[in-house]
Amino acid sequence: MTLFQADNIAINFGGIKAVDGVSFAINKGEVFTIIGPNGAGKTTVFNLISRIYNPTEGRLIFEGRDITSVPPHQIAGMGIARTFQNIELFEHATVLQNLLLGRHAHRGTKPWWEMVFAPHVRKSELAHREKAEHVIDFLDLQHYRDTLIVNLPYGARKVVELARALCSEPKLLLLDEPSSGLNTEETEDMAWWIQDIKNELGITVLMVEHDMSLVNEVSDRVLALNYGRVLAQGTPSEVQSHPEVVKAYLGG
Amino acid sequence: MRFLFKTDYNQDINLFPDNVARFWYGLLMVALIAAPFVLENFWLGEISYVLILAVVGIGLMLLVGYTGQVSLGHAAFLGIGAYTHAVLLKLGVPFVISVPAATLLSAFIGAVIGFPALRLTGIYLAIATLAFAFIIEQILIRWEDVTGGFAGFPVPRPEAFGVAITDDVPFYYLCLGATVLAVLVALNLLRTPTGRAFIAIRDSEIAAQSMGVNLARYKTLAFAISAGFTGFGGTLFAHKIGYLAPDAFNILLSIQLLLMVVVGGLGSIHGAIYGAIFVGALPQMIAILRDYLPENIARQPGLEPGLFGVILVFFILFEPLGIYGRWLKVKLYFSLFPLYKKATFKRQKTYTKSERFR
Repeated sequence: MTLFQADNIAINFGGIKAVDGVSFAINKGEVFTIIGPNGAGKTTVFNLISRIYNPTEGRLIFEGRDITSVPPHQIAGMGIARTFQNIELFEHATVLQNLLLGRHAHRGTKPWWEMVFAPHVRKSELAHREKAEHVIDFLDLQHYRDTLIVNLPYGARKVVELARALCSEPKLLLLDEPSSGLNTEETEDMAWWIQDIKNELGITVLMVEHDMSLVNEVSDRVLALNYGRVLAQGTPSEVQSHPEVVKAYLGG
Repeated sequence: MRFLFKTDYNQDINLFPDNVARFWYGLLMVALIAAPFVLENFWLGEISYVLILAVVGIGLMLLVGYTGQVSLGHAAFLGIGAYTHAVLLKLGVPFVISVPAATLLSAFIGAVIGFPALRLTGIYLAIATLAFAFIIEQILIRWEDVTGGFAGFPVPRPEAFGVAITDDVPFYYLCLGATVLAVLVALNLLRTPTGRAFIAIRDSEIAAQSMGVNLARYKTLAFAISAGFTGFGGTLFAHKIGYLAPDAFNILLSIQLLLMVVVGGLGSIHGAIYGAIFVGALPQMIAILRDYLPENIARQPGLEPGLFGVILVFFILFEPLGIYGRWLKVKLYFSLFPLYKKATFKRQKTYTKSERFR
């Protein structure tokens, strides 16, 4: 069953066609990976899906609904969460506050009731905290709960960002280079978690990744981009042996 | 060193983490309530002034320290609150109605001023708010029928519940109550989704948006709440100065208010209060200092604003976390004694951040 579909999307920055007529469909419950050389347009596809950029052409369909003109702040509430290539955490807040911000799309209280901290506000805060605690347990973040992000090592920040995205209880999780900057051990942990997210939480994952061993380990299907166009699509081994992909990576 | 064992989520939500904190804040409250029985009226007046500044400081802290939006126009909101309150009193509106009315009007105008903030950041926003402050100052000068123009007018001295509230002691309690109310409202906001959304906007707008924070809505809200606090402080400020004239709400006051939150320590409610004490006490200290300075320096009219500027520069250079940050360091030094490392608070390298979407 198709969860998300990009239908012939394109975006130009001035004269540069960053993404040029890309179409793909993600099935529910799979890990779908986009690969490609630097500047291929992978992150731009992410920014189009999370609605930070407006596509010049094409349509984005999520759960059968056209989300091409939905404002970016409503995307999280619809069930799409993301991480960023260059970690965009709330640096002067604690890990717990970051995770609770992941719950923002599910807030049910109004500011004026919050000002007086009415009983139902406390109740909803406790409920959000409990959800955040599940994610903390899931990703083993107990140790960092009250640490400010600025005091965290890089590897831990990557995990906190993943945790924040999970807190919004997404149906589709966008991971922009989850293993970049991580050491071998941390990358292995990340591979485990991505598999757990897929198998235990049943969340569909769309991922941009350069580390081919991680891609092979976790992806069900792979899409290769170059210069904003689709080169190949299929299982990891199919895509890697595709002549066009080999040419894009190795030159020729 | 004490360790706090947490066994309940409520412990992280409650205002006081433990009984030790409850004891010290309780003691402070008792001391403040007992102050009129001990102190002379002059000192009560000084404390009242600091309390009013604290209310305004908390409002400005929510905007500058938590939402990360700079405002050089808060003297204008203070003026709007003060004038609205005084004019309503003059028209015979009771005190208990004119205060909320002035607060709401300030908040509403704050929301309107929030709109430029949706497109402007940093120094450009500061300039926009500065322009707004000049416009309000001109309105106060030109709208003579209502504001009395340059000459201004004396603030009426109302009674509420049969007490002349502008007398020293009742006014002190009024300011104390207002400050406690302001602190509570601010803390409540900060432990709920609204306050966290403010922090998110300060630290990363792009991530805030992706987590479902509506930037337009929360920036406007931050401006409205901040202006509301400031207008509320303005109603008390009107009684404190007793006579309203436009030059009481000039750019220098805006800078003083900003100085207050920066020196106190951005990003903490404690900082707003420490800053209020500092700014409230500074003119007195400068007055004392004048006696010891050479005649030609002491008589300089620019001495006070000059010193304010120098202090601001030194704080930004050497203690960006302000008085509250310094206090945290001193506290840690003693709780870790003798193991405190000098490098504990060395500023760490921040990792590369994406500036693409700014």
